[in-house]
Amino acid sequence: MSRTIRLAGIAAMLAFSLVFLGAGKNASKPAVPPKAKAPVIDARIGVISILTGQGSGYGEAITNGFKLARDEINAKGAVRIQLVIEDSSGKQEQALAAAQKLINSEQVAAILGPTLSTEMKVAGPEANASGVPIMGTSTTAAGITQIGKYVFRNSLPESLAIPASVGMAVKKYNIRKVALLYGNDDVFTKSGFDTMKKMAEDLKLSILTIETFQKGQSDYKAQLTKIKGLNPDAVFCSALYEEGAVILSQARKMGIKVPFVGGNGFNSPKVIEIAKDAAEGLVVATPWFADKNDPKVKAFVARYRKAYGKTPDQFAAQAYDALYIMAEALRKAGTSDRAKLRDALAGIRNFDGVLGRFSFDAERDVVMEPVVLIIKNGRFQVFQ
Amino acid sequence: MFAEQLINGITLGSIYAIVALGYTLVFGVLDIINMAHGEIFMFGAFVGMLIATKAQAPLWSAFLGAIAVTGAMGYLLERFALRPLRGRPGASHLASLISTIGVSILLENVAHKIFGAGNQLFETPFAEIRFDVGPVTVYLVQVLILAISILLMAGLSLWLYRTRAGKALRATAENLETAGLLGVDTTRIITATVVIASAMGGVAGVLVGMAFNYINNQIGLSMGLKGLAIIIFGGMGSVSGAMAGGLILGLSETFVVAYGSSGYRDAIAFIAIIVVLLIKPQGLFGQAAPEAQR
Repeated sequence: MSRTIRLAGIAAMLAFSLVFLGAGKNASKPAVPPKAKAPVIDARIGVISILTGQGSGYGEAITNGFKLARDEINAKGAVRIQLVIEDSSGKQEQALAAAQKLINSEQVAAILGPTLSTEMKVAGPEANASGVPIMGTSTTAAGITQIGKYVFRNSLPESLAIPASVGMAVKKYNIRKVALLYGNDDVFTKSGFDTMKKMAEDLKLSILTIETFQKGQSDYKAQLTKIKGLNPDAVFCSALYEEGAVILSQARKMGIKVPFVGGNGFNSPKVIEIAKDAAEGLVVATPWFADKNDPKVKAFVARYRKAYGKTPDQFAAQAYDALYIMAEALRKAGTSDRAKLRDALAGIRNFDGVLGRFSFDAERDVVMEPVVLIIKNGRFQVFQ
Repeated sequence: MFAEQLINGITLGSIYAIVALGYTLVFGVLDIINMAHGEIFMFGAFVGMLIATKAQAPLWSAFLGAIAVTGAMGYLLERFALRPLRGRPGASHLASLISTIGVSILLENVAHKIFGAGNQLFETPFAEIRFDVGPVTVYLVQVLILAISILLMAGLSLWLYRTRAGKALRATAENLETAGLLGVDTTRIITATVVIASAMGGVAGVLVGMAFNYINNQIGLSMGLKGLAIIIFGGMGSVSGAMAGGLILGLSETFVVAYGSSGYRDAIAFIAIIVVLLIKPQGLFGQAAPEAQR
């Protein structure tokens, strides 16, 4: 039965998207200013995102970010972007099919997405082989842009986020001895831990103990009692926020008062919601901070709130910047030719977006300064 | 630190023991493993959370509410998932195991729908009461958990071995038809057993919420698996085996973390179980023939 529902859903969505795209086309035509100083560059940009099923919350934020950026870019007039949005349902095979459709039938100039790193592992090689630039906006695993020279991303990998938060906390609190705690059954938290451990060794901190936990565990008291007995200056904790918040809560209750330092996975308003007062003193690094005192960020947050009724999260912000980066590359390339667009993209340096100053490195990966945040007085604040 | 870890281990072990008691009671009478027990336990935790944290009602009402809801769930489980399969000619012994697995999947997803996927805060003023014994901080909840687990074990033993109802239950366990012929209302006895076992799961759920402060819809699965391991370890159907097995598993898990490495927490605990089973295949307190355990 669920199959029929899903089929019906896809059919409805296709119909809807046709209507929607058609409407977008009609609406954007009269909006083009008839200025003759530079030819308008028309480009079809494919989007692969999770629109249905588990994880569709991410897809919603991401496509919202794209649509907002598209409307703004098209209103400016130098570049006219048409988005062709495909659903991947978070599945590899569907992401691959979507990529093939965008590359071959839709003839897009470039692809934004897919949402998950595992999806990029199949869609990336396909786009690369066809010579279509593809840029991940939420893929944080290692080895994404190494797929090939047509693969880009603007999402901050954990290997950049953690050194920022750890480095700043160590300097600020004069940390000498640390306890490490991580989830050993998740690729994301495990790779975060590897970065933390390397950081601790590079900074010549003494590692008192390394403790592990598993996803969904509810009792962390044994590990925390041990950590408490060793009396560290700080706890480096590579966890996703669900487990991380519970760890914080139990640690504070037990009397562990030292700072906790986490990565991007720990960065969610949910931490404060779940752990309440116990969340105080958590240091995380993130590419996106909605309360940043920057006119660009404020304007984006205001427009996004007006359009979608909620504060943009990091996925919306990364998508928003990604389309602007794409528009910038289109403008520089002066054409929507795929190979020329790739070269222009690879040449993007010091782009000022809502995430801050952004560049691609020689391997088309992210170069940017993450924001380090601390939870103080019940909310995230810039840590300085 | 040793004393604190000892307390951690005893608290965890007592909770394991209460969960395992629910399994062992149903297994002892029906010879089936109730795979839905972990999820019923999880519902107990959520009902307790709704009453104690969301409605801020006193703690005893959280226990009563959890007992009422999980008891009712136990009744429904017996009525719709177990009774229709019992005594059917040709129904496999495994049929009821599969139907309880079905119920557990259903309950987990219902909990997901109602309560969401993430962690929910379980806080009560009672869980904050603590006192210091020398350098060691003891929470009153931890004492309460141990006390309740001992009380439940003692009460269950008394009921099974010292009352008429207990005798009827043991007779039913021994042989369903014979007990029925001798005038035991076996349907009622079985229903009562499943209801009582489920209500104990509800109590365990509230205690877990109080001890760890957070609950989610996955705790049934992890606690349920531990409970299953414990009754095999302690001896299927044995009340004291469930208690001893729970405490041993809780303490060994805690001390592996305290003096070894937390990465080996489950591995060492389960290696210990395997070793015991190799030496004594019927479990710590189990008797040779599976029918003659109680």
